[in-house]
Amino acid sequence: MLVNIEKLLVKYGMSFVNGLGTTLLLALVAVAVGCVIGALVAIMRLSKSRVLNLIATIYTEIIRDTPLLLQLYFFYFLLPDLLPALKLSKFTCIAVALIINSGAYMSEVFRSGIQSIDRGQTEAARSLGLSASQTMIRIILPQAFKNVLPAMCNEFVAITKETSLASTFYVGDLMTQYQTISGKTYLVLEPLIIIGIIYFVVTFTMSKLIAVLERRLKADD
Amino acid sequence: MTEQFDYRDAPELIRVEDLHKDFGSLKVLAGITETIHKGEVVSLIGPSGSGKSTFLRCLNRLEEATSGHIWFDGVDIANKSVNIDQHRQKMGMVFQHFNIFPHMSVIDNITLAPVLLGKKSKDEAIAQAEALLERVGLSDKRDSKPTRLSGGQKQRLAIIRALAMEPEVMLFDEPTSALDPEMVGEVLEVIKALARNKMTCVIVTHEMGFAREVCNRVLFMDGGIICEQGAPQDLFDHPQNPRTQDFLSKVL
Repeated sequence: MLVNIEKLLVKYGMSFVNGLGTTLLLALVAVAVGCVIGALVAIMRLSKSRVLNLIATIYTEIIRDTPLLLQLYFFYFLLPDLLPALKLSKFTCIAVALIINSGAYMSEVFRSGIQSIDRGQTEAARSLGLSASQTMIRIILPQAFKNVLPAMCNEFVAITKETSLASTFYVGDLMTQYQTISGKTYLVLEPLIIIGIIYFVVTFTMSKLIAVLERRLKADD
Repeated sequence: MTEQFDYRDAPELIRVEDLHKDFGSLKVLAGITETIHKGEVVSLIGPSGSGKSTFLRCLNRLEEATSGHIWFDGVDIANKSVNIDQHRQKMGMVFQHFNIFPHMSVIDNITLAPVLLGKKSKDEAIAQAEALLERVGLSDKRDSKPTRLSGGQKQRLAIIRALAMEPEVMLFDEPTSALDPEMVGEVLEVIKALARNKMTCVIVTHEMGFAREVCNRVLFMDGGIICEQGAPQDLFDHPQNPRTQDFLSKVL
């Protein structure tokens, strides 16, 4: 088995590296854009407007209460139908689905982050004459962002693993490489062990970095 | 003792008419009519739950009054269609728990509102903030993070943060209640200096000695109304209302 693993690494080393690149790119796009969507949706959920609140609630509940794989299928088929002129690539459709998924989870992270900020902060800002939106942008969100940074990184770790579902559509992520290589070489366990180790090393390292970040942020207070 | 100041000669700044505030079935303010004049230093005293903090917070609409009028600068700011942000710029407020913005440096705490609201250019705001820091002895903290400040320093910062908007009135909501005893003095000194400079102040306080020394007028509240009011010497030494007598006998 070790011999096979060695052979695979020599022959398909670049495929694994490319796969990891695609996996990380998908995760990064999902979390970065999801973060912006999440902040907006969180503000909608906390707003006094019933309509905004309802829209945001429906969005987060649907996403959180259906399987990610189903959502991937849905957007994979829906988007090209909806916007045929754009000639969206498979990768784009999957990235959009992951963004929409991650946005819903991020909105919950942000909501708790915003609610964790003392009411006195809002009152102090409003008493100076700042509007509600100025208060949100200048006072509440920067503090909430700092509070949720560790949770956001955890979301990044989770999404990194969840992108493996995207291999269903052969978008070139790490899991896709497994399927391709396994198909070419008729080896099953060996490539699985290799990508397993890659997933583990990447997410384990990120988790440890998050722990350091968390400690730094605490020390900052 | 401050010099004699007859507030009745000064122009009106805030006129409150028949102000009511209910929290559900609880009547916190049960009809308050009162006028604050320019340059007056008024303290609000009374037992906890008497409505004095709620009354203060209604003045800049951090609490929405249930009914009544609050005339400020000729506008009824209790009217829901008024853009309250405009008027709040002229009413500074200082809170019991300071509410300093912890993610900004000391100087940014002060310059944020004047710059953001277009009252001052960045350079003007910084010059003004430095002068204010000097005034309250915090010049060496200019670039510190507020988390490094003591309670007394935070409250002095909160006061000058409000002053940077050059308000017409300062509202103080128990400004020394959350402070360690040795820090109360330094904050009261700052408020005294404001009073000497004829800044209009409304102060909810439990510091009776301070109220007696600094204020032109003391309002005693209980049960959501102003039960008795007068010059500090009169109210503290010769209270007329039995409820005032009862309260003062407990706290003095």
